Amino acid sequence: MSDTVLTNRPLPVGSVDRRAAGWWGMLTLILTEAALFVYLLFSYYYIALQYGRSWLPNELPSFRLSVPNTAMLLLSSVAVWWGERGIKRGRRGQLVLGLAIGILLGIAFVGVQLIEWSEKTFTISTSSYGSLYFTVTGFHMAHVVVGLIILIALLVWAILNYFDSKRHAPVPIGSVYWHFVDVVWLCVFTTFYVTPYLS
Amino acid sequence: MAGGSYERSPRIETLGYDSPTAEMLETIWKTKSWFATVDHKEIGRRYIVTAFVFLILGGIEALVMRLQLARPESALLTPEQYNELFSTHGMTMIFLYASPILSGFSNFLFPLLLGSRDMAFPRLNAFSYWVYLAAGIFMYAGFAIGAGPNDGWFNYTPYASRPFNPGLNMDFYALGMILLGISTTVGAANFVVTVWRMRAPGMSINRLPIMIWGTFTVSFGNLLAVPAVSLAFLLLWLDRNIGTHFYDIAGEGHPLLWQHLFWIFAHPWVYVIVLPAMGMVSDGLPVFCRRPLVGYTAVALSTVATMVLGFGVWLHHMFAVGLPFMAVSFFSGASFVITIPSAVAVFAWVATIWTGRPVFTVAFLYFASFIAMFVIGGVSGFMTAAVPADLQFTDTYFVVAHIHYVLIGINVFAVLGAVYFWFPKMTGKMLDEKLGRWAFWFIFAGFNIAFLPMHLTGLMGMPRRIYTYPAHFGWDALNLITSIGSFILAVGFLLFLVNVFQGLRSGRPAGPNPWQGPTLEWSTPSPPPSYNFAVIPIIASRHPLWEDRLQEGPGQSSIRRGFVLDHGKEALASTTLDGEPDLIVKMPEDSYAPLVVTLAITLGFVSLLLHWWWIAGAGLSGVLLGVLVWLWPEPRLGQMTERRP
Amino acid sequence: MIDQAPLNYLQAFGIKADKVVPLIWGLAVISIIVVVIVSVLVLVGALRRGRAFSPNPDAMPPVERAGSGLPWITIGVGLSTLVLIAAMVWTVATMAAINRPSRQPDLTIEVRAHQWWWEARYLSGDPSRIFRTANEIHIPVGPPVKINLASSDVIHSFWVPAIGGKLDAIPGQTNATWLEARKPGTYRGQCTEYCGLQHARMGFVVVAEPPDEFRAWWDSQLRAQASSGPHDGLAGGRQLFVQRCGACHTVRGTQAGGIMGPDLTHVMSRGTIAAGTLPNTTANLAGWIANPQTIKPGSLMPNIGLSGPELASIRAYVETLK
Repeated sequence: MSDTVLTNRPLPVGSVDRRAAGWWGMLTLILTEAALFVYLLFSYYYIALQYGRSWLPNELPSFRLSVPNTAMLLLSSVAVWWGERGIKRGRRGQLVLGLAIGILLGIAFVGVQLIEWSEKTFTISTSSYGSLYFTVTGFHMAHVVVGLIILIALLVWAILNYFDSKRHAPVPIGSVYWHFVDVVWLCVFTTFYVTPYLS
Repeated sequence: MAGGSYERSPRIETLGYDSPTAEMLETIWKTKSWFATVDHKEIGRRYIVTAFVFLILGGIEALVMRLQLARPESALLTPEQYNELFSTHGMTMIFLYASPILSGFSNFLFPLLLGSRDMAFPRLNAFSYWVYLAAGIFMYAGFAIGAGPNDGWFNYTPYASRPFNPGLNMDFYALGMILLGISTTVGAANFVVTVWRMRAPGMSINRLPIMIWGTFTVSFGNLLAVPAVSLAFLLLWLDRNIGTHFYDIAGEGHPLLWQHLFWIFAHPWVYVIVLPAMGMVSDGLPVFCRRPLVGYTAVALSTVATMVLGFGVWLHHMFAVGLPFMAVSFFSGASFVITIPSAVAVFAWVATIWTGRPVFTVAFLYFASFIAMFVIGGVSGFMTAAVPADLQFTDTYFVVAHIHYVLIGINVFAVLGAVYFWFPKMTGKMLDEKLGRWAFWFIFAGFNIAFLPMHLTGLMGMPRRIYTYPAHFGWDALNLITSIGSFILAVGFLLFLVNVFQGLRSGRPAGPNPWQGPTLEWSTPSPPPSYNFAVIPIIASRHPLWEDRLQEGPGQSSIRRGFVLDHGKEALASTTLDGEPDLIVKMPEDSYAPLVVTLAITLGFVSLLLHWWWIAGAGLSGVLLGVLVWLWPEPRLGQMTERRP
Repeated sequence: MIDQAPLNYLQAFGIKADKVVPLIWGLAVISIIVVVIVSVLVLVGALRRGRAFSPNPDAMPPVERAGSGLPWITIGVGLSTLVLIAAMVWTVATMAAINRPSRQPDLTIEVRAHQWWWEARYLSGDPSRIFRTANEIHIPVGPPVKINLASSDVIHSFWVPAIGGKLDAIPGQTNATWLEARKPGTYRGQCTEYCGLQHARMGFVVVAEPPDEFRAWWDSQLRAQASSGPHDGLAGGRQLFVQRCGACHTVRGTQAGGIMGPDLTHVMSRGTIAAGTLPNTTANLAGWIANPQTIKPGSLMPNIGLSGPELASIRAYVETLK
């Protein structure tokens, strides 16, 4: 062991892509947040099982807005991923463009989701279904907003020319959070919009 | 240097703690401000002191309760006072003492045991302490104004919901627990990443001290479990304040949702507050037995196995709620199986004593008696795993006795032993052994006088959480004995505190390695300098300081000769499994951001409590702003390019 | 022992508890043996080669690895595992044995937990035989009796240790259990899920009596009280009771029809008052009616500020409710 480690080879200095502590820190954050959503969805299924079919609202959640909205969120992830790929090759413009598209699509998602909320015939205090619907989608919305703040910070930093092909650890750290928010949405979407049709 | 500041070959040199380079390191690493410090040793000490303050508060609450229960039909306390006392006692001991004290030791010890200069996230470390302090003050503020928790630490709904509990009591508790959850979570993330990355070269995972295994494992557990309780309390707060219906039947919610969410968290939590303590014993006991721990690998694996199984037994707290036969059988079986890894640890300790040459220091007395206490707490747990028996035991004093053998026996005894073991390292001074032995015997006797008969109180059918009891139920004498024992225990604690203050004031100088310990922390001066290690050592075995005698591996650890990192605040990151050098980490300076963000969060929580929605919004904005400033990329930390125009 | 420690669970008088007592003893004996063995091993192991610590630099003897010690773990854990498996089998066998009553119960009692008392409603196919009582549950010795357990407010737990283990009373769900007493007697019960201020004083009794006595008791409980009587003094007390107590308490046959508190139609047939808190004596009854907040602070029964004569008159009336 000492033989290998004592060789005096050059080591990278500072926050370097996925070797940065921040990257691992972000993964722990994602792990704990994923657990949070597991418990949120557990609460939904637990209550749903107690009361059965009649517990769901008469008018089941519709795909009219939610499907295009889901597609939009997924596209935003693709855009951010594309931007991240750019900065790895030193293409700052690609990063700025990718982030900007991702942010716009994310904001659009929030807008559509607000419309969706306003069209509901129940509120958070109508019954446990309403409480769960608004709490779970509200939790997700809060994560989207935080994700957007992160993306905007990355965009600002990219525009300020903070990143190059070697120093851009904040970009993968921030964008993996955004991807996580997308994956969570798929679970929330499946739970609230798809499973009612399966039972 | 090639590649500008992007990469560098660190020098390898032999350096003492009095070399000019070490002096330079001291100026680089020295804490500049009490409120801004990010030094893990300072934070660890603060954690320990704060947790002990809460231990004393919880102890005083217990003594008052024991006065009330010393005789039947006592009217010293009103029911409401008693209920707030026992709830606050539970909250204090379980949440504000038992886990933070271990975080304190882990904070102090992690970098020293791992051969690192600091934790992976020093500012986050400071943040987790400040939030812990804020949460503790927040929850005690409720208690101080007569709005402490009054529904037990488990806080079952619907008694916790507004119709039955209209005061602010539950809002204090719910918000305080969410706040504390933030502290626990960021602390856990920090431990995980520190073990993952911040190890001396050669410190592969099969060379980690067991205490590291313990804290690392439970930190993973915390990341997965804490969201359950934070969510449970958030939903409770929403039910109480916003009008949601998660727990109330009238709104198609269900009170058992609370119990599931709570116990999914709270059973793993039991392991969270014992596994690192068991780790401290596994590391400390062998030093006083003058041999390596027997069965290192088995003990390390059993630590992980306990945590994993710990997620599969939460339903055993709910055997009486009316569950299907199959579910009950499964969780009963799992609860039996979880004792097997504990048996591994017990026999490893016994074998270590048996095949070693024990030295009866005070720390040894605590660690050795810990084994017996551990077994008593373990077998009473084993008894409650048998469902039909548990349906008699549950919610009687039998379980109270069990939980105290777990919490005092497994946590407090280990912690007190750890204090005697590591106090010289933390302060540079020795504790007086003679007074320490007196304190030990009072604590040992008082604890067992108080809690051993309590098993019988349980078998005689005394229910938990009753503010008084009728005479002639067979509980009078037993309760009096318990009360007497609890005061003997308190005297022991008093002696312990005297011991500590005396040691701080006039303890003998400790020297770097008073116990001839094997691990890296004993290679530094006592107390360690702000930068911990003059050079980053290179590790070749589990016991770097015992290699002369043990001849464990092919190579020799290199303690005095190693990587010199002196271009500012720097530390070394290594690869996860093998511990190969991987990266030179630029470490942050002292920062007020953790304290400022904590104040903003606390402002937000106080506002939520009082329904000052706009101020809560201001608090939230303050948090976002503070975090943004905190995370703004800095060239000094190597987070942004230097080729800016 | 049951007289000195009425809630102890080491003595069984019911089929369900019968099977559990040996299990508890068995587990306790195993546990004590384990504790003794490990404690002795620690003690002997320490004293065998141990030495006192003297605070000088060479106090610590040199380290050595004297044997691997691994057999301790393999043997110790191996033996523990065998014991665990035995205990598991015993547990599951006991669970299976008490999973169902010995036969289908004929009688069902609906027990409803309230803060802080117990309501019992005896069900029957004949509606005229259904009635309510409180805090004292009579059952026949011998046949199993089904208990449907509900709660009207928070979670409580129903426990009669001499007859069987606990079951929670949870709002929104009805849990079913059964009582099967083997011997006549009066068995103490107690709420064992923390339920608020007077959790401590939420007791009850189960009276197991021979079937014919049980039937006679049931018949007597069905009797309504007179709504008017010849005796003038009592008529005043009855009227006062209806006015001052009737909003919460029921006395069948009179206009007192409240359902917030226990049904008092035959309160004098019960051995205790205030949910198993006090023996049902004249003095206790008067004390309880006059000042429930001293006896059970926080109880939902208020002090209603009765004058001395009012109190005497109500108490005298209540004492006729046999």
